[in-house]
Amino acid sequence: MTPAKMVKKSKPAKATPKTKPATKAKSPVASKASAAPTTTPAATPASQGLVRLLEDDGTISKGKDPNLPKDTLLYLYEQMVQVREFDRRMLMLQRQGRIGFYGPILGQEAATVGSVAAMEKRDWVFPALREGAAAMMRGLSLTEAINQLIGNGADRCKGRQMPCHYTLKEGNYYGMSSVIGTQISHAVGAAMAARLRGDDVVILGFLGDGATSANDFHCGMNFAAVYQSPCILFCQNNQWAISVPISKQSASETLAQKGKAYGMPYVRVDGNDVLAVYSVTKAAVERARSGGGPTFIEAVTYRRLGHSSSDDPTKYRDEAEVKAWEKKDPVDRFRAYLTKKGLWNETKEVAFKESIAQRVNDAIAAAEKNGPPADESLVTDVYAQVTPQLKEQLSEVLALEGRSVNQGAFPL
Amino acid sequence: MTATETKTGAATPGTKVMTLLEAITDAMRTEMRNDDRVCVFGEDVGKKGGVFGATMGLQDEFGEKRCFDTPLSECGIIGAGIGMAVYGMRPIAEIQFLDFIYPAFDQIVSEAAKMRYRSGGEYTCPMVIRSPYGGGIRGGHYHSQSSEAYFCHTPGLKVVIPSTPADAKGLLIASIRDEDPVMFLEPKRIYRHGKGEVPTGEHVVPLGKARVAREGSDVTVLCYGSMVPMCEQAADEAMQLGNRSVEVIDLRTLVPLDEQTVLASVKKTGRCVIVYEAPKTCGYGAELAALIAEKCIEYLEGPVVRVAGFDTPFPYTLEPLYMPDVKRVVAGIEKTFVW
Repeated sequence: MTPAKMVKKSKPAKATPKTKPATKAKSPVASKASAAPTTTPAATPASQGLVRLLEDDGTISKGKDPNLPKDTLLYLYEQMVQVREFDRRMLMLQRQGRIGFYGPILGQEAATVGSVAAMEKRDWVFPALREGAAAMMRGLSLTEAINQLIGNGADRCKGRQMPCHYTLKEGNYYGMSSVIGTQISHAVGAAMAARLRGDDVVILGFLGDGATSANDFHCGMNFAAVYQSPCILFCQNNQWAISVPISKQSASETLAQKGKAYGMPYVRVDGNDVLAVYSVTKAAVERARSGGGPTFIEAVTYRRLGHSSSDDPTKYRDEAEVKAWEKKDPVDRFRAYLTKKGLWNETKEVAFKESIAQRVNDAIAAAEKNGPPADESLVTDVYAQVTPQLKEQLSEVLALEGRSVNQGAFPL
Repeated sequence: MTATETKTGAATPGTKVMTLLEAITDAMRTEMRNDDRVCVFGEDVGKKGGVFGATMGLQDEFGEKRCFDTPLSECGIIGAGIGMAVYGMRPIAEIQFLDFIYPAFDQIVSEAAKMRYRSGGEYTCPMVIRSPYGGGIRGGHYHSQSSEAYFCHTPGLKVVIPSTPADAKGLLIASIRDEDPVMFLEPKRIYRHGKGEVPTGEHVVPLGKARVAREGSDVTVLCYGSMVPMCEQAADEAMQLGNRSVEVIDLRTLVPLDEQTVLASVKKTGRCVIVYEAPKTCGYGAELAALIAEKCIEYLEGPVVRVAGFDTPFPYTLEPLYMPDVKRVVAGIEKTFVW
């Protein structure tokens, strides 16, 4: 397959809009970076600060409102609410033994939704563990997501990965591994390729605070800056890497400032403020698209539940800390903002939540109807063609089970 | 298999005499001309043309976009290469010495190797990782290792090792065209060992097909890489000394293995010596011995013998003692007769 077919070639990039969003002026990130990797633009002292537009109570100070279009605002909100409900229900399914594992996103909805919403369809997303919402925003249906969580025969991964490892080729949503940080250099490599091919494509690569300690963080950040690749490396600093707090993860004053050492623009944003996340990501995307190279974003947020369904955070952290972060809830904050704007109300809230609950119910029912993956899928996709050795290994074991390999199953 | 396809329209090519190293360069040049998705990168591969000269002239011909130097980071080279392959390019990553590949091991085994499988076939990683490997150049611990077995043990990788100039070109082109990640390990000891005729232009040697380097009827010697020319010498010696007719099989591709050729030969001769320069324990020869035990033990007339490196780090001064040589292979052959 030629890359032209694989990667939809888009029209040439439009020039960066002359009229910048209102937030732009406030953003510590310069709107245009020098193409030379050796000169670091825009790392003003203000970069150490936190970019935030919404106060904890959802109010917004005068002049700060980016005044996004109504459709964008409602999209952001609905995506956050949807993933929150999905999350809640999936944890319940896990507790009931209907799925094996789940990595909840509670508290981080704004960081994922706000950043992914800033990307165009032709762009690519390289997720880490907690970006399931991104998969759905890129087109993965709820049923498909649950197929993956179950690992059934309709799962795009063919039941081969643990839950929360979604993949969606059509949505340029990358299928990740569980290894921390490896996807960073993949995101950068894809961005290098896009630049080499002359494609108008920007890459958004996610990582967590723990990943900033991994060697791939260093490799990825360095390559991104050296090759001025069009990517945004977006760190969800949720304060905890399983049981290790950020204070034990890094001695840096901020994670954002690591961008400076690599020679790229960086920004620290309130990850529970969807407007701020959307705005800084949009600015970074525009810079990347116009040839200004990569940006490192640290979104300061909080993982309110355990690392996964297998983790009990009460063993290692203070409940008071969790309570304090509940007050900065990204969904409540944004709902208050929308309500003040007259775009949302209680009636809409009830109706919307009911519709999501119904869609999640339907999706669960549909996904649970699907059977397990075919035996043959144990040995397909190891290579483009199934090797004679793999055929033999499967046939031998199936014979013991009194079954035989479906001869038509192997793409020869 | 895509790799086996030869593009039509190419005139019947002539041949040119070149070294294995020159053949590798020729393969990359040929494919870079053929397919603009192919690019090559690594440490010192640009202006310098690589520490061994494998990429000599490629930056001049194709520019810095297609042949470029990278920061000194094996992990970054492979990680970025994977991203490029996933995106739709055909990257060739050069790792300067196989001894230095370990920082990238995670990227190779956890990511490149599992890409197709873990994504249910949605994402693939058609990437070639080229690296000089093996002893015989007085390189000590860190410029001599043969760590092919690590990669053979990882499902999802193909492992290819040429031993002649013509095969180096044909196998590398097949590897670049392959839809899966390929470890292309280059026996640096014989980079400039001898010249051979190499077809100019299009030349593809399919992966997964062993080569009978020399026909014989009494004993089979299985080998690959720089061991092949040495085993051919040993075959001559065994014929002179003991009138043994030795069949030498050059495996060419360790994964996927051409079992058919291997088993047919052992069934024919009833005896087998496996020669590899990696540490003996759990080396690729162990797999071959097990295969023969499983599938044709009833044909054997003597023990399967391994002639291999030592289970030691690779030595510097005592390298000649460490490396399998003609004498040890001839002794191994005799062991299959007298035991």
